[in-house]
Amino acid sequence: MEQIKCQCGHNNPPGTDLCASCGRPLTEKEKRKKLADMRYEGSARRSQTYNKSIVDKVWNFFSSVKIGIAIIVAILVAASIGTILPQQLFIPAQGEEAVREYYADVYGSFGAVYHFLGFHDLYSSYWFQALIGMLGISLIIASLDRGVPLYKSLKNQRVLRHESFMKRQRFFGAGEAEPDALDASAQELENMKYKVRREKNGILAEKGRFSRWGPYVNHAGLIIFLIGVMLRALPGFYIDESLWVREGEMRAIPGAPGYYLASENFEVTTYSGEGDEEVYGEALEEAGTVVKDYKTDAVLYQVPEGSPPGATDNLEKVKEYEIEVNHPLQFDGYNVYQMDYRLNELSSMTFALTNKETGESRGELTVDLSDPQHIYELEDGSTVELIGYYPDFSGFAENGEPQTATPIPNNPGFLVEMTTPETPEGETSFIVIRETVEPFGENEYKLTFQSAETRDVSGLVIRKDVTLPILILGGIIFMIGVTQGMYFNHRRIWIQEKADGTVLVAGHTNKNWFALKKELDKTTETAGLPPAADQQEEAKQKEKEGENRYDVG
Amino acid sequence: MTLVEWSSNLLLTAFFAYLAGTLLFGGAVRGNKEGSFASESRWGRIAITVTVIGFLANLGYFFTRWAASGHIPLSNMFEFTAAFGMMLVGGFILIYFIYRTPALGMVVLPVALLVIAYASMFPRDISPLIPALQSYWLPIHVSTVVIAEGILAISAGAGLIYLLKNVDMKKKSKQRLWLEILMYALFLVLGFVVANSYFMLTDYEAAFDYVDKEGEAASVVYDMPPLFGMNEGVALDESTMEPIFEVPAFINGSKLTAVAWSVIVGTILYGLVRLVFRRRVAEMLQPLVRNTNSQLMDEVGYRSVIIGFPVFSLGALIFAMIWAQEAWGRFWGWDPKEVWALITWLFYAAYLHLRLGKGWQGEKSAWLAVGGFAIIMFNLVAVNLIIAGLHSYA
Amino acid sequence: MSDKKKKRTIIRTVLLLIMVSAIGYTIYSNATAEKNVLEVGEKAPEFVLTDLEGNEHRLSEYKGEGVFLNFWGTWCKPCAREMPAINSQYEVYKDQGVNVLAVNIDQSEFEVQSYADRYGLNFPIAIDEAKSVMEAYSVVPLPTTVLISPDGTVTDIITREMTEQEVAAHMESIKPE
Repeated sequence: MEQIKCQCGHNNPPGTDLCASCGRPLTEKEKRKKLADMRYEGSARRSQTYNKSIVDKVWNFFSSVKIGIAIIVAILVAASIGTILPQQLFIPAQGEEAVREYYADVYGSFGAVYHFLGFHDLYSSYWFQALIGMLGISLIIASLDRGVPLYKSLKNQRVLRHESFMKRQRFFGAGEAEPDALDASAQELENMKYKVRREKNGILAEKGRFSRWGPYVNHAGLIIFLIGVMLRALPGFYIDESLWVREGEMRAIPGAPGYYLASENFEVTTYSGEGDEEVYGEALEEAGTVVKDYKTDAVLYQVPEGSPPGATDNLEKVKEYEIEVNHPLQFDGYNVYQMDYRLNELSSMTFALTNKETGESRGELTVDLSDPQHIYELEDGSTVELIGYYPDFSGFAENGEPQTATPIPNNPGFLVEMTTPETPEGETSFIVIRETVEPFGENEYKLTFQSAETRDVSGLVIRKDVTLPILILGGIIFMIGVTQGMYFNHRRIWIQEKADGTVLVAGHTNKNWFALKKELDKTTETAGLPPAADQQEEAKQKEKEGENRYDVG
Repeated sequence: MTLVEWSSNLLLTAFFAYLAGTLLFGGAVRGNKEGSFASESRWGRIAITVTVIGFLANLGYFFTRWAASGHIPLSNMFEFTAAFGMMLVGGFILIYFIYRTPALGMVVLPVALLVIAYASMFPRDISPLIPALQSYWLPIHVSTVVIAEGILAISAGAGLIYLLKNVDMKKKSKQRLWLEILMYALFLVLGFVVANSYFMLTDYEAAFDYVDKEGEAASVVYDMPPLFGMNEGVALDESTMEPIFEVPAFINGSKLTAVAWSVIVGTILYGLVRLVFRRRVAEMLQPLVRNTNSQLMDEVGYRSVIIGFPVFSLGALIFAMIWAQEAWGRFWGWDPKEVWALITWLFYAAYLHLRLGKGWQGEKSAWLAVGGFAIIMFNLVAVNLIIAGLHSYA
Repeated sequence: MSDKKKKRTIIRTVLLLIMVSAIGYTIYSNATAEKNVLEVGEKAPEFVLTDLEGNEHRLSEYKGEGVFLNFWGTWCKPCAREMPAINSQYEVYKDQGVNVLAVNIDQSEFEVQSYADRYGLNFPIAIDEAKSVMEAYSVVPLPTTVLISPDGTVTDIITREMTEQEVAAHMESIKPE
């Protein structure tokens, strides 16, 4: 395609609608319009001009607003499908098979189909990610294709435009004017904070041009945001781990080598409905107990530089912190969040060694479940020897050996041998909560459960997100772009005195025509210029009356 | 009076002021039958004064309730929905002072009334905040969202007026059908309010034991006669009526019952109106908007979106992400409510691109604005009540 | 003009390629990569653990010898089944430069000691109290066995129960030349 030469002598790239220099319409379609299409200043959208190779075709595909909107709508529809049933993330079932069964069991055949189509994990499916990626490509290409020519034409715009350009603006007026109208209007426009340029017999007054960059700035923000999201896929950029820690325990922090966290205390408080909280009385009656707060008194430790894992005797305390919902512990780019808890896990149990017949006690022993001792000696010389400890007793194996299902003391079982001065040869007994087994016959003594102490387990989540600054930057740029593009507008007023003394007045804005009209009227009135009329309004009026039909576009 | 009583009385005051405002705006529009704008502006002035008084009372409700509960009253379904109704009026007042559009008041105020009435159907007790909600981000995030949705909804109001004026009621068309469906949908909300109020006033209650979708035993109290029974539901009281249908475990029979009653009552009301007036509802409203300026309505609709979209982006996405990052360590978790906020945002992004890039103005734009309101309402009603997630209020 | 056109085509091609490959890589790595997992071929992370007898075991001190690192717990049934096999192969390979270290995941000394006594285990057993070695080796299921060659690299990670033959073969594989 060849460059288009305008009558004024300016060379325009192929595809241009309005001459970049004088504003004459260049295409047949444009000439037929009653009002000029000012969307991109009539400049050529780059993509439309070359349509040869595959690369150009792909480029044009993504450059199209229609395709952009189609992608937005596709994401919108896909995202809504994902909310019909809860996503895999939010259901109790774990593991592929269990998840599949869950959908089929709970939601019937609809659930089965939903799962079969992969909608149970829609947002991490490759096609959904691909859609988002396509949106990103569309954002970049469409912005480049429109932003660059728009920038060029606004930067190079001339003060004097051809009459046909001015006539085809929405606000236009022509007629006689006062002798020094141009000077007076320049003054008036400057008063209204317009940037005024004069050239021979014409004026171009402009304000808020920066608002035209709004869309490109906000698209840039979105692109930066999407880049941030993509970087999270790289190893090390995003850490997401969980940690359960009991009161009094210390744990290596997963994902944060060299750091350890100890829980000194965990606490849950609920709303009492009394005093200050009386106002919640009725709601609490309705809902039962409502948790007010839960928090972990944590101590953060660090090993000295170069110290390998395993050794915990050289820890240095970094800080103490109360981890609460909405108040994570922060260190070295990591955040530790309070997420969950389990209450009342057994921590120690106290038994009395009693004579089964008389009920007489020979003393008490307390077993610390996190550190049981081999031998417990009582005051009068009796001993209780611990032979086996099964924190989560789950029955006996074939060889009679007691089994434990987990290392958590849900159902502690103890195999003990009790020796008293009366029974020096010792008696063997197996004790679980509310049950005692005496494998070698009737014993004289037994361990009677006295009391237990419990502790709470705090569920924490450790996260580190290196991409956050990028995401924040993207968000800020997006907001700046949206604000500048939507809360400001680009207003231009052209005034030109023709050789015969007639003065032409034209006005254009990208939005808020009412405000421009006000300013335009004020200028024409003060300076004695011919008033400008709203040509679109007139066209509509005529259309309504059925006289004429215009293609207003 | 205690603060709580003050607060409910102020809300009631606001409600009646909006009711009066609706009629006065109607009067302003009707007064303009012969194009006498003098009468329109006189009535309009009275109407907007009443509306502003109502709005001040509404703000009074909001802040007295805030003082009484110790946290911003945006923490449950009633509070959030009532605030949405309030911001609908706030957005209208803002637009009114820019464009002087009484017709908009005539449409927006009844919708706000309906929204506030709908809100009042939910438990109005002042509820304590669960730990996750105890953050200064609660007022920042939720109030920005409510303001944004209020402004965005104005565009739907303007769009509705545009459609009422421009859709040809004499000819059979898709547009005419959809407009009437829209009217019918408003009747369904009214149906919910009427049905619920009736059963509330008559103290209806029926308790059931049932088996939930995880196979656990659970119980539920119906406050409307059970049309749909819960999975393996057993009535605790023998005098309770037998549910007509039993639903599978993953459907909540009591909520479905509420929906069914709303449809029944709403349809009856709609049918009565049609029978009495023998005209479509949209057709009946058309004379009221005859003298409005279509182009102005188009502009109002567009400007509401332009003002509302950045506020929505800030509140529903950016503030939401910051808070989520702070509370849970992930700024985005694909929680249904989050997803629907994204959908709303994408929808308005599409609206702007269609309008700016494809020249969708006038009627197409008006339909889109109404669609946006439908999505906002879906997010408010369906996502809160049916698709439960982190934001589940009720 | 045609030069300009060519340049434009090149810029467009490059931009498209960059964007498509970035997105492709993101989708691929989201689908495959597991975060922070120790992999075969990497250098085995250093650790120091004290066994039940009070002897310190530091990985770097075993340079030039193979290390058979077995993570286990008393509640884990497959662990219990493979322990005797490890024990008997330990006897075979202990003089050939293969070290066995069984790392218990934070259980009490009593439980670990009585377990060792019951099964008559002769190899050194240490308790990873703060689970820090477990984290460093990103151990998830039990039993997990990590084979470390004489030059300190991880040559295999086995996350299931092993037979005696397998144990022998694994020990053979990390025997110094």
